[in-house]
Parts: sequence; C-alpha cells; structure tokens
Amino acid sequence: MSYSILTCFDILLILTLLWLGWRLLSTEDIFKAVVLFISFGLLMALAWVRMRAPDVALAEAALGAGLTGPLFLAALRRMKRIHKGERRLDSDENRGEDHEADPEQTQAA
Amino acid sequence: MRRTRNRHKRLDGFQRLFLLLVICLTALLGAILCTIHGPTPGLADAVAQFQEQSGVESPVTAVLLNFRGYDTLLEVMVLLLAVIGAWSLTEAPFPDQITEISPVQMGAVRLLAPVMCLVAAYLVWQGSHLAGGAFQGGAILGAAGVLLLVSELPWLRSTPVFSLRIGLVLGPLVFVGTALFCLFFTGDLLGYPEGTAGWLILLIETACALSIGLTLASLFAGGRPEDEVVLEHKPVDQSFNGERS
Amino acid sequence: MITTLLYSLTGLILFAMGLFTLIVHSHPLRKILAVNVMSTGVFLILVATAYTPLGQGEIDPVPHAMVLTGIVVSVSITALALILACRVQETSNLDLLEKSKQSKARKESGA
Repeated sequence: MSYSILTCFDILLILTLLWLGWRLLSTEDIFKAVVLFISFGLLMALAWVRMRAPDVALAEAALGAGLTGPLFLAALRRMKRIHKGERRLDSDENRGEDHEADPEQTQAA
Repeated sequence: MRRTRNRHKRLDGFQRLFLLLVICLTALLGAILCTIHGPTPGLADAVAQFQEQSGVESPVTAVLLNFRGYDTLLEVMVLLLAVIGAWSLTEAPFPDQITEISPVQMGAVRLLAPVMCLVAAYLVWQGSHLAGGAFQGGAILGAAGVLLLVSELPWLRSTPVFSLRIGLVLGPLVFVGTALFCLFFTGDLLGYPEGTAGWLILLIETACALSIGLTLASLFAGGRPEDEVVLEHKPVDQSFNGERS
Repeated sequence: MITTLLYSLTGLILFAMGLFTLIVHSHPLRKILAVNVMSTGVFLILVATAYTPLGQGEIDPVPHAMVLTGIVVSVSITALALILACRVQETSNLDLLEKSKQSKARKESGA
C-alpha cells in the first residue's frame, strides 16, 4: 500500500524534475531559465529528502536554490548593463556600416 | 515553446552527430546502471563501528570532519581560492548611488537577517547530532549577507578590507591550525587527541561557517571591494556617466 | 531497488541533457546552467546508490558527505565562472548573445 504510493510519488517527482530540467535548458529567455533553475533546485531538495539525505537536502535548499539563483540573476543584470553601455558607446561608430536593422540603435539615434 | 522546438529541428550536422553520441552514451551508461543488482557494498558499517570515537553523533558530520577531514580541509581551500580568483579578476560593481528602498523591504530585512543568523548558529550546533553543520550554517549566513546586499545596505563596502580578509581566511586558518596541532600531539594530520574530537570539530565548524558565509556573500558581490587607488578614479567615472545620460 | 534505479536513471538523463546543452548552446550563462544541471545529475546518481529503504539498514554516509562537499564546491565554482563570464564580456568588445544571433542569421541567408 504505502510502497505503491511512494512509487507514485517517485515517478511524479522524477517526471517534474526531468520536465523542469528540459525546460530550463531549452527556453530562449535566460531569465526564465534561471527562475526555472531555482524551482529545479527546490524540487531537488525534495528528492534528497526522499533519498534519506537530510544533510544534502539542507545544503541544496540553502545553496542550490537560495544562493545559485541570485548569483545567476546578479550576473544577468551585470551582463545586461554591460550590453547597454556598449550599445551606447558603439552606436556612433557602427551606425554607418551596420546594415542590419536594430531597433535599439535606431531609438538611440 | 514552439519556437524552441523549431530551433531544435534546425540542428546542423555536427550538432546532430553530437546528439546521436550523447544518446549512445546515455544508453550505454543506463545499461550499466541497470546491471547493478542488489545492495551495493558501502562503508555504512565501518562508519557505524567508529562512530563513538568520532566525538559526534551525526554520521555525515563524522565522515566530513573526522574520518575524511582532509577532503573538507581541501574544500575550504577551494572556497578560499574561488574568492581569491574573483577578487583578482574584477572589482565589485557596487552602485554609485544608494537608491531608496521601500519600507516594506527594509522591515522584512530587519526581521529576517537576525533570524537567519540565529538559524545559522543553530544549524552549526545541531550538526553534531542531526542534519546540519558548517556548510549549511555557512550557506544560511551567506544568504543573509546576500539579502543585505540585495537591499543595497552597504555593509560589505563599509567593512574595512583588512578585516574582511581576516574573516575570509579565519576558517581555513583554524582548520590548518587544528590539523597542525593534531600533527604535533598525535603524529597524524587531523588525528584528534582522544576526548577532544567533539570540541575541536565544533571549533572548526564555527570558524568555517563564518568564513563560508563571508565567502559566499563576497562571491555574490562579484569582485573585490574598492580600495583607495580605485576611489581616486571614481569622480572621473561619475562625470562620464553624467555625460552619457 | 526500483527506487535506486529510477533515481539514478533520472540523474543520468539530467547529465545527458546538461552535456548536450553545454556543447550546443553558445550563451555563457546557459553553459554554466548546463554544467550545474550535469553536476546535479551526478550527485543524484551518487546519493541514489547509497539509498536503502527505511528499515533495511543504515544509510551509507560517505557518499552523502561527498555530495555535500560537491554542492558547496559547485556553487563556488559557479560564482567564479559567472564572474569570469562577466569579465569576458566587459573586456572583449564582442557581445556573445548578439554574435550568435548574427551568425545564425548569416547562415540562414547564405543557405
């Protein structure tokens, strides 16, 4: 009885983990991928508890979900800031030779 | 979702070959995993046998800090190396002006930060007999630091760099000091003298938790704090920003 | 036994997905995410092999300690890799996101 319920739980958890993993690796939007990664980490903590590893679960909840996510978000923000700064710096030089349509540059111009 | 699928259909030749290789590798490894039958021989009995001598009741903590203390020592060094690497790479991108944060966020931070420190201390203490320990406690401390950084409280910036450095190396220093102390008294690196193991482990764990928390917070800050030389250059940067906007 | 097998196969699939993404995608953040997913897969296999059902004996704590060490190391290495990626973008003038899009567009127009 309890065995079958546990197996159902296992299968549900595994399917969710795999689906989240696939989505986070294949979405176009990096921000979305990072948010999915945080939820993936939280579900992994659940899997560690299921594997009778409470120490690992605590570490995963605190580190994997709580710290890695903000690290990625901070890096993303930093990269976007660099990206925008470069845009403004380069826009004058590139405007003549860049033939590809670019909405941000035309706005800046 | 549809767009992603379309993009994956347009894999080029190399990528298709690679997909095939990965699938083959997965199938092979999966077949190997399926052939492992029965309970795998582990070290559970060996650990249980020497549990009493280890000075702690939690088997994981005993493995981490007593039986395989050498591993953990090196791991703490890896953390220190990561911070050294980050600091030598770049300077932390602290914002030029501190923006006003909402009173709701401020109140939440005021409530949460002390509780997180308390939970961290509890986890370190609990590590001797239940799940918990230096890494979990340090992670919570680091999360508290990150919370303060996200709320734009300039604690990391206003801390003197020297004391920050001391805090970062405190854990490794205490760990190496204990190891050398044990080497001197028992002839083994990290072979704790009888009866002192519990206290030495708690000492190492407390120091390491502090250092790990600081390490994670400084890694989140994303580089070394500004020193005097950089501060002199700052007005130039600000005028540049002003021109640009 | 079935639980160990299920979870180790999950770890294996996660590892494979991470490996594939690591090679195919060009954005540095995506690569770092992929490495994280790969490491999670390896940890899952390690912990799953140590699993014994409730009431059938003690859990082997050695893999747990190793995985705990691994998680902490992977977080610090992720942080260092992210800082490196930011630094690469700051110093080199090329924008990786934009570059990959442009090369793709060029390929399509050429083909």
